[in-house]
Amino acid sequence: MTSNTYEHSVRLDVTRCTGCTNCLRRCPTEAIRIKDGHAHIDDARCIDCGECIRICDNKAKKAVVEKLEAMERFRYKIALPAPSLYGQFDNLDDVDYVLDGLLKIGFDEVFEVSKAAELVSAYTRQYLKTEGIKLPVISSACPVIVRLIALRFPSLNENVMHMLPPMEVAATLARERAKEKHPELSDDEIGVCFISPCPAKASYVKNGFADYESKVDVVISMSDVYFSLISKMSREDEVVSQTESGMIGIGWASSGGEATALFNDEYLAADGIENVINVLEHLENGNIPPVKFIELDACTAGCVGGVLTVQNPYIAKTRLLSLRRYLPVSRNFLMPDDDEYIPEMYLFNDLPVYKPITQLSTNMAESMRMMADIQRLNNSLPGIDCGACGAPSCRALAEDIVKGHAKLEDCKILEK
Amino acid sequence: MSDALVFHFDVDGDNFTSAGQASTQVKRNLRQLGLPPAIIRRVSIAMYEGEINMVIHADGGTADVMVTEEYIEIILKDQGPGIANVEQAMQEGFSTATDSIRSLGFGAGMGLPNMKRYTDSMEINTVLGVGTTITMRVNLA
Repeated sequence: MTSNTYEHSVRLDVTRCTGCTNCLRRCPTEAIRIKDGHAHIDDARCIDCGECIRICDNKAKKAVVEKLEAMERFRYKIALPAPSLYGQFDNLDDVDYVLDGLLKIGFDEVFEVSKAAELVSAYTRQYLKTEGIKLPVISSACPVIVRLIALRFPSLNENVMHMLPPMEVAATLARERAKEKHPELSDDEIGVCFISPCPAKASYVKNGFADYESKVDVVISMSDVYFSLISKMSREDEVVSQTESGMIGIGWASSGGEATALFNDEYLAADGIENVINVLEHLENGNIPPVKFIELDACTAGCVGGVLTVQNPYIAKTRLLSLRRYLPVSRNFLMPDDDEYIPEMYLFNDLPVYKPITQLSTNMAESMRMMADIQRLNNSLPGIDCGACGAPSCRALAEDIVKGHAKLEDCKILEK
Repeated sequence: MSDALVFHFDVDGDNFTSAGQASTQVKRNLRQLGLPPAIIRRVSIAMYEGEINMVIHADGGTADVMVTEEYIEIILKDQGPGIANVEQAMQEGFSTATDSIRSLGFGAGMGLPNMKRYTDSMEINTVLGVGTTITMRVNLA
């Protein structure tokens, strides 16, 4: 998949965009420019982190996900709720109410992503014992991180764990289980729907990466399903116990949950895109204490901080803590003979290919000449990074001018 | 052949928070020049270690990075106390950093050895009481 054909899940609604500079300066990869009165997102640079959706007061940035109706084309509908969903409800004391609600809104079956997460945790503990792996191992669960590393930290590519995220493992296991229960169903009659806290998961499903193709059919937004769910969830009803997650699985919803499940204190967990980039810079400089595992979540507080969630991430986190309190540590274990190897279905082969997206020219001499021009121009600009020109910083404007995408006259301060 | 590109940075003394900024900026520039990731990583490690050394031992200094089509040269210059025994300083684990600096996680005695390891050549010019200039090269060809 080349970066040019990458199908994003963060889009702009031009009619709502006022051309203000909020998103421009918030974007961690400088993918946004304001031109002709509205924002433009550079697809090659966008990592689908959703920061621009979060900051936009005009609701001009949209997450492109599907609606629940998209599942109607399947005869057998399976819901894959992300564990962050459980943190969205007030006074929820039992996950089963959520799972029951999902059946009531039209799903035939629920397969908890937290169940798959517990298996992924168990295999990660094994993965860390594998000889010859590059330490520290960086989690591959957050799709924003995987793309960020591919685009900006290529020397850390080898550190990324080759384990599929719980969503994918859940999709595969859910299909297998459905086919066992209903041998009459054909593959394309079974639809798997992920209930997502973030647009990045939707992009992951649409694009896959390298040679990997997602096993999820439809991604819907947590905030979308929220209202239909609460109207169907009732304490009065007797609900069947069907949850299969323990503390570990639900813990994956917030930052540090994946790392603590390794039962090993040699880890680092960071959340929030700026913090994550900072940690990766340190790691690249060789300035990180010797840890075995690094968990990085693009959203503040972890998946509960995703832009498609309803509740404040810290409130959601607190709720999850009380939900988890009386649960067993884990409800999913490996078979004794699984102890030796990690099954193929949990692994992927190739990481996204490094794309030197910021490269000025494919010719080194030409790149050097352009860089010299950028430096010269940058020195002549006011240096206040006001964003009025439509670029996030004076330096970015200098780069745009040299690349032929902007003019010196775009600078509103020099104009005066 | 085109002229060499020069990136100049001032490294503040006693400021661990900003240490690494020059290295981060150089990385960004080298990526824009389209250099291979492995080269970028070597330069960034050598530079970061050098920056930290100047912060810890010399109250800051300057870093100049020169890029030509054949090599990248990093010149770190400070007006610090100078290095009394270069051979000793080059030994892994040797450090004159104070306990308070070690408590921050620095001063492990790996700075100079790492700078040498990640570059193709390294030259140290030091005069006690006057300062130190370190010139490192990473070859591109």
